[in-house]
Amino acid sequence: MAQAAAHDHDHGHDDHGHTPGFFTRWFLSTNHKDIGTLYLIFAIMAGIVGGALSGLIRWELAEPGIQVFTEGSWLAQIKIAGVSLIEPSKHGYNVVVTAHALIMIFFMVMPAMIGGFGNWFVPLMIGAPDMAFPRMNNISFWLLVAAWVLLCCSLFVDGGPGKGFGGGWTAYPPLSTSGHTGPAMDLAILSLHLAGASSILGSINFITTIFNMRAPGMTLHRMPLFVWSVLVTVFLLLLSLPVLAGAITMLLTDRNFNTHFFDAAGGGDPVMYQHLFWFFGHPEVYILILPGFGIISHIVSTFSRKPVFGYLAMAYAMVAIGFIGFVVWAHHMYTVGMPIELRAYFVAATMVIAVPTGVKVFSWIATMWGGSISFKTPMLWAIGFIFLFTVGGVTGVVLANAGIDYSLHDTYYVVAHFHYVLSLGAVFAIFAGFYYWYEKIWGVKYNEFLGALHFWITFVGVNLIFFPQHFLGLQGMPRRYVDFPDGFAYWNHVSSIGYAVTVAGVAVFMLVLIESAIRRRKAEANPWGEGATTLEWTLSSPPPFHQFNELPVVKPDVH
Amino acid sequence: MKSSFHAWRTRAAGALAGATAAFWGATAWAVDNIGEPTDRAIDLQPGVTQLRHDAIFFHNVILLPLITLITLFVLALLIIVVVKFNRKANPVPAKFSHNTALEVAWTLIPVLILVFVAIFSFRLLFAYNDMPKPDLTVKATGYQWYWGYEYPDQEIGEFISNNLPEEQAKAEKRPYRLAATEPLVVPVNKVVRVQVTAADVIHAFAVPSFGIITDAIPGRLNEIWFKAERIGVYYGNCRELCGVDHAFMPIEVRVVSQADFDAWVAKKGGNPAGAAAALEAPAADAAATPAAATEAAPAAPSPATPEPQAPAATPTAPPAPAAN
Repeated sequence: MAQAAAHDHDHGHDDHGHTPGFFTRWFLSTNHKDIGTLYLIFAIMAGIVGGALSGLIRWELAEPGIQVFTEGSWLAQIKIAGVSLIEPSKHGYNVVVTAHALIMIFFMVMPAMIGGFGNWFVPLMIGAPDMAFPRMNNISFWLLVAAWVLLCCSLFVDGGPGKGFGGGWTAYPPLSTSGHTGPAMDLAILSLHLAGASSILGSINFITTIFNMRAPGMTLHRMPLFVWSVLVTVFLLLLSLPVLAGAITMLLTDRNFNTHFFDAAGGGDPVMYQHLFWFFGHPEVYILILPGFGIISHIVSTFSRKPVFGYLAMAYAMVAIGFIGFVVWAHHMYTVGMPIELRAYFVAATMVIAVPTGVKVFSWIATMWGGSISFKTPMLWAIGFIFLFTVGGVTGVVLANAGIDYSLHDTYYVVAHFHYVLSLGAVFAIFAGFYYWYEKIWGVKYNEFLGALHFWITFVGVNLIFFPQHFLGLQGMPRRYVDFPDGFAYWNHVSSIGYAVTVAGVAVFMLVLIESAIRRRKAEANPWGEGATTLEWTLSSPPPFHQFNELPVVKPDVH
Repeated sequence: MKSSFHAWRTRAAGALAGATAAFWGATAWAVDNIGEPTDRAIDLQPGVTQLRHDAIFFHNVILLPLITLITLFVLALLIIVVVKFNRKANPVPAKFSHNTALEVAWTLIPVLILVFVAIFSFRLLFAYNDMPKPDLTVKATGYQWYWGYEYPDQEIGEFISNNLPEEQAKAEKRPYRLAATEPLVVPVNKVVRVQVTAADVIHAFAVPSFGIITDAIPGRLNEIWFKAERIGVYYGNCRELCGVDHAFMPIEVRVVSQADFDAWVAKKGGNPAGAAAALEAPAADAAATPAAATEAAPAAPSPATPEPQAPAATPTAPPAPAAN
């Protein structure tokens, strides 16, 4: 893919001077589109790694008993220099679960949505020549690479109970302090520090860009919804990441410098960590999905050939979701022993989020209503998103009720819920955006049939994985179990079959990339016609190396 | 008021149960499996406490139909849109982008639905919080990776409950990964208060058929309660990731008659008279005593020493118990 992109960039635009040489262009890049491309390639790579890890999980859980994470299994045979790549033990399973979560959140969804699509299209959509701080943009990306390297190192050094850190992405102490004495956890903490610094720098960049570099005439209320979604997202990042950084720094000092922030025996409180973590963690899940909301709005509008329904309500629904997202964190902690009044408050606040979310879902449907819809690949993913996100949303309303949470807390029902909103929500939005902007980014057309095939196989596969997990959760199967009682066998097996189907979908996705790179059908500036009204479609595909040397002027009806 | 509510609840839940059972071949409702997960089941494990009945009612009668309807409604709208407003059927798109009445409606109606849900939700939440005067207090301590149970009133010191090894579980026809070497034994129809803490890392004490869970946190003493209304064996799990053998520290609760309970207490060397509840003469019926397998079992993963050995074992100054 990188080659395809690089090659096309090389003679895609003769009107704006020369592009730098390969090394300068891709390693010292200050160009928002090139950095966006780097982020996208990085996200695809991380997605494959994270997806492979989930394959190990589903393989292990295909039937009761321990088959994969045990001595003598096929996994134990995968060795580098005589040492198993992934420890074939119960601890190894926990490490894989932890790494799957961290990779998918910090190294797949966030880089794809914010780093990839955000970098590419925020400047294009607001009519800016580049990001406000192009060199800071570069360091944002490379800090993420450094974070990735640290996380990978963490997998292969001693964690305490074995190789790597197996305490879950939430890293609750004391399991992440006295429970994991080796350096793996320290490396993971430093990795999160770097990824957080990368995101904070990126957030500052986006906020400055959006507030200061909009084209003449583009008021905040004329900004495309994707830009709105990124604006809300980066504010969430800017306000929540420092809290995570503080929490994990305290973990680091608890681990290494004898502090007792989270150590009950020393006067600390393990629950305090959970409050700090979820003060970050809950906004984080909105960070993962909000840019997707923006992407879906554009796609629905484009392929319905209709303006977005209720633009202002859509924009402010995202602001509201972002705001409320900061005051609901302890619904992850109904079982830690909070006072009843607090639990009641968090139930109420959490349910409130359903209102702006409902506004968004209904507004998307109203956008389609009366439209003239063409079902191109991006639109398939968008419609799939709306439905599956609704499924994930309503199970969220179920879990919001503390009284029901006592039956479902930390079961597979929760796993099903958050995969419906993230794996089937955020990831569907990423694929929707990927196909929507495919020609714009890579300068070549994708194959419509393969794209649709990719969608349908994935749709069937992921539902087969995650829908049965609701049943497992209702029956009481706990999360993060390497092995389970026989009473959970059937739906686990179905779920694992769903994984195999999804892998076929990923294979078709690879085929899409390869086919388009080989065939090289020349991209159009605007393949979607009259429905595509945002500024990126006024440029060639791919856009010139530097665009908008003369700023476009935006009239009231553009968004 | 309460009784009519419950009568209605019971009838509604019964009807739903019947429908579900008819539709799904009744697998989920096989009575002998109460207390453990049923393969292929798609619903909540049946309950044996009032709280769990209420939770099942809230889920099966209020929430599940509601979310199903909402999802089907969205699906129906999407299907209509796909059928009616595709490019062939509707070549010229409309241009509207506002409808104030509609927008107000889809903001307010969800609010009303949520208020309706919240009424049931808060009732249930507060019901969990309203612990009656306990007849029995049990202390459960989470260790990596086993539970320690203590009956302070009966003067039964902490004993250790490990995962029952696979061969032994097979031999005794008990569910592996659910059965424990030593069960938690409680009398039927008595309010049991469980005080939960942990000695090393965070665990969670959860028994689905009682509808209870609370985290076991070092330095904290969390409290939950249940009143099991049916004699039987009920299984639970550790539900907070606690390390290598997280999946192998099950909870086995045996609900027995008061007489059997007193006998068990006596056998454990405790003092049944210490119980705040009825003082029945200890029956000599040893049949119902839990499998006396502890000594025979070479406690697979962890040492079954009765003494907690982790450093943070005893919370020095436990905060006021937070009911959960």
